[in-house]
Amino acid sequence: MTTVLPATARRRSRLRPVLVHALLLGLGVAAAFPFIWMVLTSLKTETEALAFPPVLFPASPQWDNYREAWVAAPFGRYFFNTAFVSLSVTLSVMFTALLAGYAFGTLEFPGKQLLFTLYLATMMIPFEVILIPNFLLVSQLGWYNSYRALIIPWGANVFSVFLLTQFFRSLPRDYLEAAQLDGCGHWMYLWKVAAPLARPALATAGLFAFLGSWNSLLWPLLVTEDDSVRPIEVGLRYFLESEAFRPHLLMAASTLAMLPILLLFLVAQRTFVEGIAAGVKG
Amino acid sequence: MPASYTLPRARQRRAEALLAYLLLAPSAILLVGFGFWPLVNAGWLSLREWHTVPAGFVGLSNYGQALTAEPAFWKSLQVTVWYVLGTVPATLILGYGLAELLLARIRGLGFYRTLFFLPYVVSPVAAAAVWKWIYNPSFGLANAAAARFGIHSRWLFEDAGVFRLAANSLHLSLPSWAEGPSLALVCIIGVTVWQSLGFAVVILLAGLAAIPVEVTDAARLDGARGWPLIRYVRLPLVSPTLFFLLIVFTIRAFQSFTQIYVLSPDGRGGPNETTRNITLYIVQSFNENAARLGPGYGAAVAMVLFAIILVLTLVQFRVLGRQVHYQ
Repeated sequence: MTTVLPATARRRSRLRPVLVHALLLGLGVAAAFPFIWMVLTSLKTETEALAFPPVLFPASPQWDNYREAWVAAPFGRYFFNTAFVSLSVTLSVMFTALLAGYAFGTLEFPGKQLLFTLYLATMMIPFEVILIPNFLLVSQLGWYNSYRALIIPWGANVFSVFLLTQFFRSLPRDYLEAAQLDGCGHWMYLWKVAAPLARPALATAGLFAFLGSWNSLLWPLLVTEDDSVRPIEVGLRYFLESEAFRPHLLMAASTLAMLPILLLFLVAQRTFVEGIAAGVKG
Repeated sequence: MPASYTLPRARQRRAEALLAYLLLAPSAILLVGFGFWPLVNAGWLSLREWHTVPAGFVGLSNYGQALTAEPAFWKSLQVTVWYVLGTVPATLILGYGLAELLLARIRGLGFYRTLFFLPYVVSPVAAAAVWKWIYNPSFGLANAAAARFGIHSRWLFEDAGVFRLAANSLHLSLPSWAEGPSLALVCIIGVTVWQSLGFAVVILLAGLAAIPVEVTDAARLDGARGWPLIRYVRLPLVSPTLFFLLIVFTIRAFQSFTQIYVLSPDGRGGPNETTRNITLYIVQSFNENAARLGPGYGAAVAMVLFAIILVLTLVQFRVLGRQVHYQ
């Protein structure tokens, strides 16, 4: 078989996979390089970090930089704030999406189509447009510089409602009818059967809500005033400004800020990737 | 059907509707309260004068001020447009190329996907922080690398347009209108492409994987290879995915904030306001510039932005949507 192929084609077929791999590896390393540089810089001494031309590797890794960065700003507090806010948002998003998704996906009621369209329409509203009114509203409610301002406006999102609606629509109606024959109403069916079955969709919705909340900057920047409620992204942003001349500490703090989401991503990668693909199909 | 049977049916239907409204209530309250109501409110705000304190109704004068009396508004719009033009096509093209490369070699797909996707998920402030450090004019890697070519640049501090810089290096001069985006903005565009590439790759991988193997095989049997295979078979088949990405990335690029805010040296859209996009401009109009501009003015600019995004999305649907090939 191989003898039929001209020599050039054979060489090409062996060469190409290697070339593609080399190219991909190069690009992949380039994509990851800023993070590698971040970690390398975080382990340097101040002199090494400020050397020009830069030294690639620290002579001996300065793990103490992390301790120093950790106490240079109230990072413990920032992390607690972010974790509390993000978890609250996530739970709220999952709860509201479960209920609304069940209503849109399973129940029949007047105005269903119109309401669903209106829900989807909120996705078209740019954040800048509602930024100022929301800021004024939150201030009037007395929520400025509180967890409430960071959590409640984000307590429901349409992407999650949409995801759960799609899921409940695809759930065979026989399940419900069988449950109803056994005398089980919608309410009980929702909690005992539908919710447990919806776990994958809920996980996707929750993951994206968590990520969105954890990584948000503009809104928390506007509605927080001091460290008591400030999340890590805002805290890191101010740290960048105040420590501009101590890059090793900056990079240590940045690495710390990155770590929780990095670990979450590595653990839940499949849910991320499949969730994105699912969101597109809909 | 006996009458005794229809009565509980109707009641059951009413109970079902009632339950539905009850289940929708929590999300509806939040979406109306922090989505629809603020939108209406923004429209109303944009018609009012409001500097440090709320004042009277002024009709369309906030809009008039933005469109005719504030060169800074137009400049921020221009920065936004450069940013959109710089990020969206590059992300789509690179993302498509990477997705095809990844599919050419299935082994290790997950590993590479993780590498490319990483910048999209982890802390955007931390990612911007390391880029800021790389671009640092005195100590950064960017200048260490550029020094090999005899170049020393101020990167994020450089407000000169890239076209002018390119022309200058060839000893040509350009008129000021042809300067192009500042080098600082182009640096930020590069970071944004790096960050959003993973998202494009993941979505395009899903889109390309949905192309039936038989289709590509049949085309190969007909002798299609390389570029023709991509141009006439694979690209048309993946065009709905590309179209979706185009819409999403365009809308996002118009609303970008974090990268620009963290990377611009002063956090205000510097140098010389050449990286101040419309979002930053809106935020500043009711923050530090509130005494002169204020929330009413900011709301008017935001409504203009909303209109631009809506019209652009509609145009994209009209013009390109027709050429998208749905299977």
